[in-house]
Amino acid sequence: MDILVCVKRVPTVGGAITLTADSRAIDTKASGFTISPHEECAVEEAVRLVERFGGSVTIVSLGPVEAQEQLRACLALGASAAVLVETAPGVETGPMATAAALYSVAASGAFDLILLGNEASDTGGYQVGIRLAHLLGRPVATGAKAIAVTDDGSSLSASRSYRGVTETFTLPLPCLVTVKEGINLPRYPSLPGRLRAKRAAIKRIPVAATGTAPAGDVRMTRLRVPDAPRKQATVLGHGAAAVPALVAVLAEIGVIS
Amino acid sequence: MTVWCLVELDGDAAADASLRALTLARGLLPDGADGGGVAAVVFGAPPLADLAAYGAADVYVVSGVDGYAPQAWARALTELLGAGRGPDGARHAVVAAGTEHGNEVLAHLGAITGLPMAANCVAVSASASGGTALDLVRQRWAGLLLEEAVLEAPAALLTVATDAVGAAPAAAPVSVTVHEVAAAVSGADLAVRAVETPGGTGGVSLATARVVVGGGRGVGSAEGFAPLEELAALLGGVVGVSRVVTSEGWRPHSMQVGQTGTKITPDLYLACGISGAIQHFAGCSGARHIIAINTDASAPMMTRADYAVAGDLHEVLPALIEALRARG
Repeated sequence: MDILVCVKRVPTVGGAITLTADSRAIDTKASGFTISPHEECAVEEAVRLVERFGGSVTIVSLGPVEAQEQLRACLALGASAAVLVETAPGVETGPMATAAALYSVAASGAFDLILLGNEASDTGGYQVGIRLAHLLGRPVATGAKAIAVTDDGSSLSASRSYRGVTETFTLPLPCLVTVKEGINLPRYPSLPGRLRAKRAAIKRIPVAATGTAPAGDVRMTRLRVPDAPRKQATVLGHGAAAVPALVAVLAEIGVIS
Repeated sequence: MTVWCLVELDGDAAADASLRALTLARGLLPDGADGGGVAAVVFGAPPLADLAAYGAADVYVVSGVDGYAPQAWARALTELLGAGRGPDGARHAVVAAGTEHGNEVLAHLGAITGLPMAANCVAVSASASGGTALDLVRQRWAGLLLEEAVLEAPAALLTVATDAVGAAPAAAPVSVTVHEVAAAVSGADLAVRAVETPGGTGGVSLATARVVVGGGRGVGSAEGFAPLEELAALLGGVVGVSRVVTSEGWRPHSMQVGQTGTKITPDLYLACGISGAIQHFAGCSGARHIIAINTDASAPMMTRADYAVAGDLHEVLPALIEALRARG
């Protein structure tokens, strides 16, 4: 089974988000970079499937040259090959253009399964996987918290929970699935894995060479951090002594009568 | 201009997230558009009272798609969008809730039509730059960051953040005209469809619970959740957890509140032993009231909550449960 996993380099966000002077990007001078938890799980799921069926896991990322760091991290987890579709530094690519660029890589190989995170943790566009599926003319399921592939590898079922019920979608392969954190518990990279990843060759394709035309995506003008309600918490007391005040607040809010 | 709004059902009623979407959709109508309300699209029995209250003057009830099939739903919307194009060449909009279904259906609609789609909007208005463009504000990082953007397209595809736009009924209920439409969908559109089986949550789901009792690292162990569960049951709520709890394997990921878990919008979030990582706030900032219980009074959750109790949850919760039981 040959699997393609799409990942995105994003800043590691810790205590607070600060922006660059032009308010068009997150200030990353003091932060590291990672991929989203959903995507870590997509990589893990792909590696497990190849452990079961044989085959290969290829990782693709659209991003700046530094995104090789994230591709190597995925190789260390057991992926076999990595492709970087390289963008100019500081240029943000919208979801339509991203899907088109990923399509050029996805269509160049005979992938049985393409996995993505349900949404990128930074831009949260919720659409790249679906747009890629339509470009490829393949079925897609999103938000999967479990994937079960039949023994003959001909179809899979992807399930998730929605409004208290479990929804299960059955898809023939080849297909796309976007996954969410919780589908598995990703492994830590092994030492041999890290050494192999360090030496691995990463295929680099300039985004211009993918022949994707500029798409009519939503145009970001600026970013802003929402005003945090600078409210001062009312301290109800310490330990069990605070219980009478706590009960009074519960009644005031209306959760007890 | 026609503003379509996909309305999801929660039982017999319109889903809360869809009422929020209807509220934002109504704001897209030109000023003084008398008679011209929002055109609601429903796959199933239409919740007419909700739709009238929220200003949906026209209700399109789609048949021909049994259950949830995202691409087929999008195909039906594509047809309505094509049919709804007025002679004025004006911009149209399709609005949905920023739920898994809403985002999924609108992404399919965007892929089918080649139109851009803006997920999880919190505000939309006619562009200051004039023309048919829209200025919008949408969530990034699950709401930790806001993006101001311009959307220029023949039809605007928008989903509405489930935790940032309040649901407000129209000034007065409208009279509703129901249109029955049969979706012309292909076999391929119907190929991926949901088969539903009851979930294990016993009814109240985390996303829609009115009370959520949250537990974090301070709970200390899987067994430590007993008082949280007892309290949640007493208050008619459910237990939610922080990411560390699921990483430790104390509780399953389905109970996780946060950016990569569930976004909650309860009346009360009682956060116990949760320090308050920024990704956790992305999931709980839609709560109307937050009470924090923590041994560390300087934890972000304690300073950003409405009410704080400094102390060990394993001391406070049993005392609270006892007090609530004593009230009868």
